[in-house]
Amino acid sequence: MGIIKAVNLIFDYIKRDEDEQIEGVDRAIDGLSLDIQEGSFVAILGHNGSGKSTFAKQVNGILAPTEGTVLISGMDTRDEGHIWDIRKTAGMVFQNPDNQIIGNIVEEDVGFGPENLGVPTEEIWKRVDESLEAVGMTAYRLKSPNKLSGGQKQRVAIAGVMAMRPKCIILDEPTAMLDPNGRKEVIRTVHELNRREKITVLLITHYMEEVVDADRVIVMDDGKLVMDGTPREIFSRVRELKQYRLDVPQVTELAYELAEAGLPVSRGILTMDELLSQLVPYMKEHRICR
Amino acid sequence: MSIKAVNLTHIYGEGTAFEQYALRDVNFEIEDGQFIGLIGHTGSGKSTLIQHLNGLLKATSGELYYNGENIYAPGYDMKALRSKVGLVFQYPEHQLFEVDVFSDVCFGPKNQGLKKEEVEERARKALELVGLDESFYAQSPFELSGGQKRRVAIAGVLAMDPEVLILDEPTAGLDPKGRDEILGQLERLHRDRGMTIILVSHSMEDIARYADRLIVMNHGEKVFDDTPRNVFRSYKELESMGLAAPQVTYIVQALRREGIPIDDSLITVEEARDAILSMVGLKTGRTEKKQNA
Amino acid sequence: MLREITLGQYYPVDSVIHRMDPRTKLLGTLLFIISLFCADNIWGYGAAALFLAAVIKLSRVPFKFMVRGLKAVLVLLLISVSFNLFLTSGQVIFQIGFLKITLEGVRTAAFMALRLIFLVLGSSVMTLTTTPNELTDGLEKGLGFLNRVGVPVHEVAMMMSIALRFIPILIEEADKIMKAQMARGADFESGNLVQRAKSMVPLLVPLFISAFRRATDLAMAMEARCYRGGEGRTKMKPLRYQKRDRVSQVVLVLYLAVMIGTRFVS
Repeated sequence: MGIIKAVNLIFDYIKRDEDEQIEGVDRAIDGLSLDIQEGSFVAILGHNGSGKSTFAKQVNGILAPTEGTVLISGMDTRDEGHIWDIRKTAGMVFQNPDNQIIGNIVEEDVGFGPENLGVPTEEIWKRVDESLEAVGMTAYRLKSPNKLSGGQKQRVAIAGVMAMRPKCIILDEPTAMLDPNGRKEVIRTVHELNRREKITVLLITHYMEEVVDADRVIVMDDGKLVMDGTPREIFSRVRELKQYRLDVPQVTELAYELAEAGLPVSRGILTMDELLSQLVPYMKEHRICR
Repeated sequence: MSIKAVNLTHIYGEGTAFEQYALRDVNFEIEDGQFIGLIGHTGSGKSTLIQHLNGLLKATSGELYYNGENIYAPGYDMKALRSKVGLVFQYPEHQLFEVDVFSDVCFGPKNQGLKKEEVEERARKALELVGLDESFYAQSPFELSGGQKRRVAIAGVLAMDPEVLILDEPTAGLDPKGRDEILGQLERLHRDRGMTIILVSHSMEDIARYADRLIVMNHGEKVFDDTPRNVFRSYKELESMGLAAPQVTYIVQALRREGIPIDDSLITVEEARDAILSMVGLKTGRTEKKQNA
Repeated sequence: MLREITLGQYYPVDSVIHRMDPRTKLLGTLLFIISLFCADNIWGYGAAALFLAAVIKLSRVPFKFMVRGLKAVLVLLLISVSFNLFLTSGQVIFQIGFLKITLEGVRTAAFMALRLIFLVLGSSVMTLTTTPNELTDGLEKGLGFLNRVGVPVHEVAMMMSIALRFIPILIEEADKIMKAQMARGADFESGNLVQRAKSMVPLLVPLFISAFRRATDLAMAMEARCYRGGEGRTKMKPLRYQKRDRVSQVVLVLYLAVMIGTRFVS
């Protein structure tokens, strides 16, 4: 069994009026079943309102299922007695870099989690040092978070989660508010953590170019799992992705369009080199000389 | 009719140890009806620049002319300038404050001192332009989705009936569909009403698709000012500034390095596809024009 | 415009005073203020001046930084001086119309001014040598005994520290919203008081909404990082009294004794 397991998960947002009467029910997750292997890098894609962020909050125990079960390392998120163990096991990074940093100094923010867990002082320092090193923010440890760029703030937030020694990190649209350089910085950091520290990563995003290197890509729409496969498998279904209000990187789209027009190019192209290695020989052979 | 900047310079903390040039000798002229992309990495001076164009910030030195009039001349009506040059800030939904959508959009024209009927007429038109019908009028702006909120905020600026519309990253944080909706609406405003649009963006793909002129800022200076095609040819210089060209540009350049003489001014997927297909003798039947949303 | 407000005026140099435990500094400030109220003659003020000068010297903060804090209380200083100067009865030494200046008045006004100046300088020493974080930590630990009578000391300290983090963010945000509304023709500068108050609505509503959104986000982020109040928490930087703190505490007590002693010198 995987580290994160959801079985027939349903979650309703219940809207109540002033008298606490139920006014409306909004089903955010609709019968989701999912099993995520320890050590893997899984990306969840979906447009705004597809239920992907709600799922992230289920994994961390911030929201409890309306129906069905979510198990984290075998612990049921509805079990109050395990809630802190679950949050320690599956750490969470949120979208807004400003609204998740608590400390006034970078290193103190990273120490916040271990302090809450009652870790002894010396051990806190050790963990803070290691976590800052892991995200490459050691040089900024004494800076005020307000002086950092968006990408750096997110790396501090990731270090804050790492210091709790989790098995898994869930990142809920960590790059939505960043510029392209900040985005790359964060994605690179997360991949390094996955590779070096063997941390399971659950990356939630709507930027397709961020999921190219994932082990597995899941697409959600309307609270349901609609696509599940390797990036190559998913990216070869361009029409379907567009139908779910998603985009593909230009290189993938170009390859897809050329393949549709009958060129011998495969459909699930992820990188430029891949496209060129198929396109160049063909074009050299078939070019009409003008 | 135009916006003209002459040696526009802005220094933060002038005379102190923290003195920093946010803008240095920026010159350009923007004519009516252009769709301009403005790019630069964070801190390049592009946000400072757009705040000069409607008089929110005053240049340390240099001049700025709107329709031939110097806006720094004594007695110049800044309030009138602000309604002619509409500025939509980043995350504009953070400025919504009224109890319902309609009243919020009325805020701008009301500040212009118009009559009630005229204010409401403007608000109705503006909401129509961003694609929000009457069913939204009475709703609280805070209960809308992210994309809808943003459209209300843009309508709030459009209701002032500006001649120029400047938007600072209007698609930040939206999903692809929300992004296409907003950009499509801007495209229509530009095409159907001849509105001058200045779009600040990080997405080269969006610029390539919509803008007919591209200004690149770096360290407070204007480094490029040309059609997107010509600017993207200098992708190496863009990279040295922490920017990049659209992926298609890289594909085209790589093909050329392999000895395939493909036109190096192609910047959208459609253009590249059609060029490649015609080179190998296949036709798509589609036009080579920019695809409109 | 709004951005120019600076918070906490920490002056980053390394000195004995900087390295002192914040609790010692808090205690020192408190004792110094008490001592000022003990002083009732030239000897008392002289001793206080000497003590203050020594501490400022040790803190290695340039004196002009200390004086900056005085500007803020200049008006208060002038008012209290003139009240004392003109409204104290006694031996008249100078008179213009109904305004009388008495010998006693000059004396009280001078002492009053000194007391106020020393008070501001004394507390500036603390704020200039202690980071806001240390200060909150010091308050949390130093006032820990209040926990027993039901004061949620940890929670209050946590709130202060979060406020310190978010005030600059909210100031920047206010600046941005203000500009955004000005771009929509809002006018924050002209009109009478009522109109001006009304014109603040488009600034304050979005600002409050944003603050609430940030608060909700932050609460969630804190919970996700296993925050559950002060109980069972350990500290990354626990406060520990050093030798210099014990020495300073002895010095402080001696100083207070001297100050009380000066009351009996005629």
